[in-house]
Amino acid sequence: MTAMELLRECYEIQGKNFDKAGEVSGEIKVVLRDLGIDAVHLRRLVIVAFEAEMNVVMYAQRGTMTLIVTDEDINLETTDEGPGIPDIELALQVGYSTASDEMREMGFGFGMGLPNMKKNSDEFRIESDVGKGTSVFSKIRLPAHE
Amino acid sequence: MKLSEIKDLLQCEVLAGEDDLSVDIQQVVASDGMSEILAFAKSRELMITGLTNIQSIRTADVAGVSAVIYCRGKRPDKKVIDIARQKRIPVLVTPMVMFDICGILYNRGLKGVS
Repeated sequence: MTAMELLRECYEIQGKNFDKAGEVSGEIKVVLRDLGIDAVHLRRLVIVAFEAEMNVVMYAQRGTMTLIVTDEDINLETTDEGPGIPDIELALQVGYSTASDEMREMGFGFGMGLPNMKKNSDEFRIESDVGKGTSVFSKIRLPAHE
Repeated sequence: MKLSEIKDLLQCEVLAGEDDLSVDIQQVVASDGMSEILAFAKSRELMITGLTNIQSIRTADVAGVSAVIYCRGKRPDKKVIDIARQKRIPVLVTPMVMFDICGILYNRGLKGVS
């Protein structure tokens, strides 16, 4: 039996706009709460979304975030036009970071973002093309399907 | 411990959430790294940070903490306080430094998250 799609939303993220950084994740939190997603799974997805959004804002020119909720799982795909990640395995190591001082002053760039996203996902995948951009896929299974 | 007691202990000024100081606090997460707070907070903690930008309050919202205390007397912009009010997150500021805050709260029985 295939999963039934309950919601599909697409959000634009502006690179380098630190004032707005986090607004999309805030909207996603409200949308998921309105859908009746339980607090534990909602929190996990919003952490993934917020870290992904901050990465787009910090590193890329622009990005899109697509949220697809089915009766089985929540899927979040974040795609950006940015520098790309040359070594994905290295980028996933806790503590590894290429952040600038400016990014660290914002409270990010301590090498925990991607590991946080992976930890909170049931399925997690990064695809990157250096010089073009990065896509990050996260799936969180809902309680009856874990 | 009630947030109102913590407010007195740390000589805090309340910037948002004056009516929500009766919340009970058991655990504390303290860092200037927002990803660290997102990684370790499990929800309902007290968040202590020296970072006063808009991401601090967005992190507090995403992490689901009960309240935020800004240390070293650092005050956030009005925009940050407005978002905190909108999200119903109490915000306090203390002149104390992070090390002293953590020591005082630890001595009173509060625990960190790990």
